[in-house]
Amino acid sequence: MDFLRPAGWEEALAAKAEHPTGVPIAGGTDVMVEINFDHRRPEYLLDLNHVPELAEWEVTDRTVRLGAGVPYTRVIEELRTELPGLALAARTVGSPQIRNRGTVGGNLGAASPAGDAHPALLAAGAEVEVASVRGTRLIPVEEFFTGVKRNALEPDELIRAVHIRRADGPQQFSKVGTRNAMVIAVCAFAIALHPRTRTVRTGIGSAAPTPVRAREAEEFLGAALAEGGLWEGGAPLDPSIARRFAELCAGACRPIDDVRGSAAYRRHAVGVMARRTLGWVWEAYREDEGRTAQCA
Amino acid sequence: MAAGRTASAPTPLARTGGAPRGVVGESAPRPDGTLKVTGEFAYSSDLWHEDMLWGVTLRSPHAHAAIRSIDTAPALALPGVYAVMTHADLPAETHYGLEIRDQPVLAKDRVRYHGEPVAIVAADHPETARRAAALIVVEYEELPLVVDEATATAPDAPLLHPGRRDRHAAHVPHPNIVHRQPVRRGDVAAARARADVVVRRTYEVGMQDQAFLGPESGLAVPAEDGGVDLYIATQWLHIDRDQLAPVLGLPADKVRLTLSGVGGAFGAREDLSMQAHACLLALRTGKPVKIVYNRYESFFGHVHRHPAKLSYEHGATRDGTLLYVQCRIVLDGGAYASSSPAVVGNAASLSVGPYVVENVDAEAIALYSNNPPCGAMRGFGAVQACFAYEAQMDAVAAELGLDPVEFRQRNAMSQGATMPTGQLVDSPAPVAELLRRVKALPMPPERAWETAGGAVDVRALPGGLSNTTHGEAVVRGVGYAVGIKNVGFSEGFDDYSTARIRLEVIGGEPVALVHTAMAEVGQGGVTVHTQIARTELGVGRVTLHPADTRVGSAGSTSASRQTYMTGGAVKHTCEAVREEVLRRGRARHGAGHPAWAAPDRLRLADGKVVTDGGEVIGDLAEILGDEPIDLEREFRHRPTEPFDLRTGQGSGHVQYSFCAHRAVVEVDTELGLVKVVELAAAQDVGKAINPLSVVGQIQGGSAQGLGLAVMEEIVVSADGAKVRNPSFTDYLIPTVLDTPTMPVEVLELADDHAPYGLRGVGEAPTLSSTPAVVAAIRAATGRPLKRVPVRPEHLTDT
Amino acid sequence: MRVNITVNGRPYAADDVWEGESLLYVLRERLGLPGSKNACEQGECGSCTVRLDGVPVCACLVAAGQAEGREVLTVEGLADHARRRSSATAEAAEAAGPGAPGAVRPGESEAAGAVRRGAAEAGRPGESVPLAPVQRAFIDAGAVQCGFCTPGLLVAADELLERNPDPSDADIREALSGNLCRCTGYEKILDAVRLAAARTAGEAV
Repeated sequence: MDFLRPAGWEEALAAKAEHPTGVPIAGGTDVMVEINFDHRRPEYLLDLNHVPELAEWEVTDRTVRLGAGVPYTRVIEELRTELPGLALAARTVGSPQIRNRGTVGGNLGAASPAGDAHPALLAAGAEVEVASVRGTRLIPVEEFFTGVKRNALEPDELIRAVHIRRADGPQQFSKVGTRNAMVIAVCAFAIALHPRTRTVRTGIGSAAPTPVRAREAEEFLGAALAEGGLWEGGAPLDPSIARRFAELCAGACRPIDDVRGSAAYRRHAVGVMARRTLGWVWEAYREDEGRTAQCA
Repeated sequence: MAAGRTASAPTPLARTGGAPRGVVGESAPRPDGTLKVTGEFAYSSDLWHEDMLWGVTLRSPHAHAAIRSIDTAPALALPGVYAVMTHADLPAETHYGLEIRDQPVLAKDRVRYHGEPVAIVAADHPETARRAAALIVVEYEELPLVVDEATATAPDAPLLHPGRRDRHAAHVPHPNIVHRQPVRRGDVAAARARADVVVRRTYEVGMQDQAFLGPESGLAVPAEDGGVDLYIATQWLHIDRDQLAPVLGLPADKVRLTLSGVGGAFGAREDLSMQAHACLLALRTGKPVKIVYNRYESFFGHVHRHPAKLSYEHGATRDGTLLYVQCRIVLDGGAYASSSPAVVGNAASLSVGPYVVENVDAEAIALYSNNPPCGAMRGFGAVQACFAYEAQMDAVAAELGLDPVEFRQRNAMSQGATMPTGQLVDSPAPVAELLRRVKALPMPPERAWETAGGAVDVRALPGGLSNTTHGEAVVRGVGYAVGIKNVGFSEGFDDYSTARIRLEVIGGEPVALVHTAMAEVGQGGVTVHTQIARTELGVGRVTLHPADTRVGSAGSTSASRQTYMTGGAVKHTCEAVREEVLRRGRARHGAGHPAWAAPDRLRLADGKVVTDGGEVIGDLAEILGDEPIDLEREFRHRPTEPFDLRTGQGSGHVQYSFCAHRAVVEVDTELGLVKVVELAAAQDVGKAINPLSVVGQIQGGSAQGLGLAVMEEIVVSADGAKVRNPSFTDYLIPTVLDTPTMPVEVLELADDHAPYGLRGVGEAPTLSSTPAVVAAIRAATGRPLKRVPVRPEHLTDT
Repeated sequence: MRVNITVNGRPYAADDVWEGESLLYVLRERLGLPGSKNACEQGECGSCTVRLDGVPVCACLVAAGQAEGREVLTVEGLADHARRRSSATAEAAEAAGPGAPGAVRPGESEAAGAVRRGAAEAGRPGESVPLAPVQRAFIDAGAVQCGFCTPGLLVAADELLERNPDPSDADIREALSGNLCRCTGYEKILDAVRLAAARTAGEAV
């Protein structure tokens, strides 16, 4: 094994181009577990801790360009206004120690269906900025996950940043685990209202081979809100709408039975979380009349 | 290569001194506390030795397979590898075991469980050893699996141990049954005919892991005399030695064990893990060998709590009198016997709980199977039974329309009661009082998640930080349970402990040195020993000698027995030392004061000999002079009897211990997530030698029971008998956000048969905590819940 | 490879480090600092919690090479850290440093470790050994049983109190939710953190 320590982004890309089998390591919260337990023996470890650009973010009018190496703790503490859904999700990641090291970039690199950031990114709307010595491209986060623990990265590419739409409405994130802290998702659900575009987006984690959006549910709800003039009027949601939305979200799951939970439970729980989080964001929307909001 | 700390030169664990303080009954601080908070305390995994090698174990990927061949040549060829050993390289005895020596040191021609050790490697770096182990080529041929009672006793069932000749072989109904213990009393058929209410249910308990935090580890150092010194984390040094010596082909005195720091035990260190492997590699290579399991390997490296299937039938009269209990408890012992026979004895003899039941027909068995070996874990057979009988008590109460606590109290045993085994309960058994106390505690406030600002604090809700509910579908439930646990080794076992005390003058001050082989695993036995020595010898300074095999056996740190047994041995030996002090004093000063003639009325206090009237008649340092007193004594509890193999009758237990719990839970009934809001306990401890430690034991045991109730289970695949979650990612134990406030009520009703009247504390709280939590979840959800751990699926029909 | 780390204010160099080694392994097996514990090696127990440039992390999940040139605080340095924090302003404490005499070869730390251990034993517990407030509180409150979780908990709790000298119970629970304890049921640990907070507040008045 070789340990590569690029001191900057260009150097990192060059190293990855030279050693395409090299495994990037940032927070180490996935890679080191695999090494400690002898599941992985990469030829090269590519340490990204010394690439200062990755630890920064830029907030623009419509998006946050979140460096791939920003730890969850900073998202929670410093970006909760711009990225409330992601901040909620980040707070459920592992433990304080893990949140101090783990990064959204690492979560995307590992591409686990259970990655906590993914549903929040799907709901907010995001593009993954990936780069190589050949150049840079933006991949919509929906297209980034290609299979269980597989993503759209080419062997010579690294994740530079995630461009996440700034919240223009309430967002929520909810995750089921069988412990009250430090738990991997049995399943997770994220929802974001986008009043500006009059759309609703969702993200489901750990209930399909990849994180997915419940598109049919989004369209149903979008249509129901539009038809009822609810965006403007801010009336309470008819329970039948929430119920139907929940059913469609549960229907978007393709879960499996595993040691963490049954497929049937996952489908059920996604439905419950969808209904509840919809209730929370809609209440927040009504209260704040569409201003960016957040809950506990 | 750099440094750690060496294992050599036993140094005192700690010294205490100054004004006499920290006597029996006070919350004296731990003598090892400072070392533990500064990071200086040397656990077995911290040991280091010049030139030491790292040992690694190759384990079976199959649960049941014949080994066709093993090729170690590729591993041996790797630079940095010093030794590779298989069954063929064993020098002497090839098997070990606590009671039945049925477990191969390294598998010979057959592996019987997933993770069984097949080969061991020593190399200069752990990574080199791991790479070498991966190069060993083992050819397996998979065999049909035994996974439950049906497959174990089927006509064509493969026999796990054909030709077994252990002491249970003759009386078991099938060779795949390790041991069977019935308990019969009264006439169940007649009682059934009189019953107004009958409740029949079956229950299941999943396989719990002890999940101590300090993984199995140790350092074996070859000695110049051809023997070996092993620095080890264990629960019982002498039984380790007694199993190791034959395997190493050495006389017992050449296998010297010293206890290093132990990171928790809870039963998981009662069987050997890496001890034999490290010693074998050290003797083979002539170099010190350190083995440290990681968490993954730890799940394969020790026995677990027996999973159980329990069928119960309770009958009662309309007025709430329990008439009979019929039950059958099937424990899965896995591939090797470990302590299964004793677990069976406990499950059977304690199967009806702390209640007076005249008519009992109970049976417990343990199976041999290809599942992971199961053995000792805190609660030891009593945990499984308690989950079932307490669920039954609630069910019968519900049928009768009685309050569950009142129904229990009506049938609660008290001193003078007779157990289903015929044993007289001849010390306090305040079962009804314990229930009364937990019930009388104030209830925790409702809706604690609502904050002043009208917002929601998810940390106080089911799901916690995962933000699954803001109060929706959250229902509160309250549940009660009480349990009975035996203390000490039972069924006629010659259970004793040894203490050596040296009393001498150092720097003009009398100092006691306490030397025992007791395994301090965190429970605070070392604290208790200093308190007892101070109390009995009236000295301020007590030094603890490291535990090792140079002193007689202390028995196991298990069965809630060490304060009773090794505490008893320290007390007993101190009394002999005191007698010698008084004898010397009398010889020297007897003529000067008449009180010397009545040694029973003298005590040692503050370094003086004092009469019962408080008069000082001698000085300890002066009496000792430069002649230390150095005595070693054994201490035994009252003898017990084996249980009759057909009727289970016999005074098999030493002492009983009782704890009651009240659990308050809040359940998200839609998502099936549980938050335990409060878990209150009341326990009779006879005498709290160290009140702070007693409460710590009760809270810790309660938390482990909570874990079994709602999250902890080793999942073994039904098709392959493979462990599916050997990690802390998927074997979940409670975090601080899962563990509630735990008020504790301590009763001290002396047991006159025990030292200071004390009662073993450690295990009882682990029993009733689980059924109390599950009863509370039942109350919140109305669901029957016959299996633990309760999973969200059980609460949502998914 | 060679890795240079400053641990508890002293610079260390470790040679022949295998690239797959964790910071935890280097601390424990190469630098003679086994206070940080190896309970799970997968970031699920917190027993190896150390501060990396001030931030609590699981040392088992930091690749040794990632710690190159950085500052690590372990339980072994906690008392010193707390003393410097309370006796001087943060700036002064940082500037003064521990007065380490340049690079220390790994071999030398054995002696240092042995001396410290010896001193602790010879002393009367709690009387002569300088302890951080959280360390003292863990002893006094009965928060230590087997002690394997203790070093990580102490580092995490000390950092919590540094950030938030008067935490609510819920804050304590959230901050310590990454540190498993199997012995105590956490009640005495909560007591200890409350006690350390109260004592520190008392001293500050």
